[in-house]
Amino acid sequence: MGEKRFVYMDHAATTFTKPEVFEAMLPFLKEHFGNPSSLYSIGREGKEAVETAREQLAKALGASPEEIYFTSGGTESDNWAIKGTAFARRKKGKHIITTPIEHHAVLYPCKYLETQGFDVTYLPVDSYGLVDPAEVEAAIRDDTILLSVMYANNEIGTIEPIHEIGEIAREHEIPFHTDAVQVIGKIPLEMEKKEKNVDMLALSSHKFYGPKGIGALYLREGIEIDNYMHGGSQERKKRAGTENVAGIVGLGKAIELATGNLEKHNEKMKRLRDRLLKGVLKISDCRLNGHPEKCLSNNLNFSFEYIEGESLLLMLDEMGICSSTGSACSSGSPEPSHVLRAIGLPPEIAQGSLRLTLGDDNSEEDIDYVLEVLPETVEKLRVMSPFYKPENACKK
Amino acid sequence: MYNKKVMDHFMNPRNVGEIEDANGVGEAGNPHGDYMKIFLKIRDDRVEDAKFKTFGCAAAIASSSMATELIKGKTLKEAWELTNEDVAEALEGLPPGKLECSVLSREAIHSAINEYRRKQGLGALPEQT
Repeated sequence: MGEKRFVYMDHAATTFTKPEVFEAMLPFLKEHFGNPSSLYSIGREGKEAVETAREQLAKALGASPEEIYFTSGGTESDNWAIKGTAFARRKKGKHIITTPIEHHAVLYPCKYLETQGFDVTYLPVDSYGLVDPAEVEAAIRDDTILLSVMYANNEIGTIEPIHEIGEIAREHEIPFHTDAVQVIGKIPLEMEKKEKNVDMLALSSHKFYGPKGIGALYLREGIEIDNYMHGGSQERKKRAGTENVAGIVGLGKAIELATGNLEKHNEKMKRLRDRLLKGVLKISDCRLNGHPEKCLSNNLNFSFEYIEGESLLLMLDEMGICSSTGSACSSGSPEPSHVLRAIGLPPEIAQGSLRLTLGDDNSEEDIDYVLEVLPETVEKLRVMSPFYKPENACKK
Repeated sequence: MYNKKVMDHFMNPRNVGEIEDANGVGEAGNPHGDYMKIFLKIRDDRVEDAKFKTFGCAAAIASSSMATELIKGKTLKEAWELTNEDVAEALEGLPPGKLECSVLSREAIHSAINEYRRKQGLGALPEQT
């Protein structure tokens, strides 16, 4: 075993704030602290900074600044899109279509709406986590008022056929929301062209090297939606609350960096990902979860038979490797990951899952280190497992 | 989330493995999928040796390690009377929601002792509810 390293491979959970982002934010935490709603100069400076960030974000999304609303993050954006649309359109119907592999920021608002008399259809997904557009079409009813399908899954990285689904939504005149939290900085978005049928899109700054506590909702002009936050007249009277100016400035800078460098970033991620994938699959009784090609450039999700994910995660942590698991035990929930269950993994296999998500700070040396530590750690846990019989292990 | 003692028993578990000539083997599982198998070598009504194999989270592995440590050298009666609270206390506490992992070790020990008793022509001891 070589020297112990610190390897962060949980970029789908959060990313570090880039120095350039932090530098851009700093003045708005110090000297330019004014409330952007104030008329005096330090307030106006804050207001100008907010509008500059709105333009940066709009440009990155291929949208108009008037269609950008700042929120506290992905969860608020998803909640606003879903509950706001449902309540605004409830006279037209009560039916919502989504999928069982959405983030809880989508699933839980849908569950809440069910308690309020709405009816939610959870579309099935295949073993890769893909939604079939034909199933979307078949699920549409006369009273369908909202369609919500994530752009890419946060656990297994599968990229959904958003454009086909969007076309169906547009043909049936149903507002289409997508949770794009994992997508920014990995897939180029053009809301007025490629994503022309997406009406609402949620994003969160800390997933692309910006600060936490700030996000945005892209809301296509003309989409009917109730306010989620009530109070002041900020964000063109749609989202009350004094603006998180430093956060907004950070988001603006972060998205500029993320989308300006996208091709180079993806190239590096794919190179590292492919090497890591090839190396990990040499471990016996291991499978890749998620689509092998229609997948985010930085995401890998594995299941290792005979062991439990939390134990693997903690042992890796002891070796300096930060990762994630869909194991029930790590989350304190009685069930393993809803995503892994929805793609058909039996509970005992879903329990032994590990997510490794790469980022800007990862190197070839990090991959070497993980490929050195992970097989030994899996073996250490398997030796403890009453289910593991080395002679029966699948040799690859 | 876990204290140092739990992490020590998780990272460096004591008594992992099987006893080839075990005369009491027991197992227990819970709805979360955790599963423990315990091997006892009993001589003169005492637990001469105890080993385990566990599939589960850090709390389940640490509880297995601690429980086997606690029963080694004990009489069968003392081993039977070990509670999950004793295991959790010896581990200096488990997080809320993880206490049931320590229940697993008690159940597996009971299962092993009862298997031994059956082999000896003694009846299985009843679980206290």
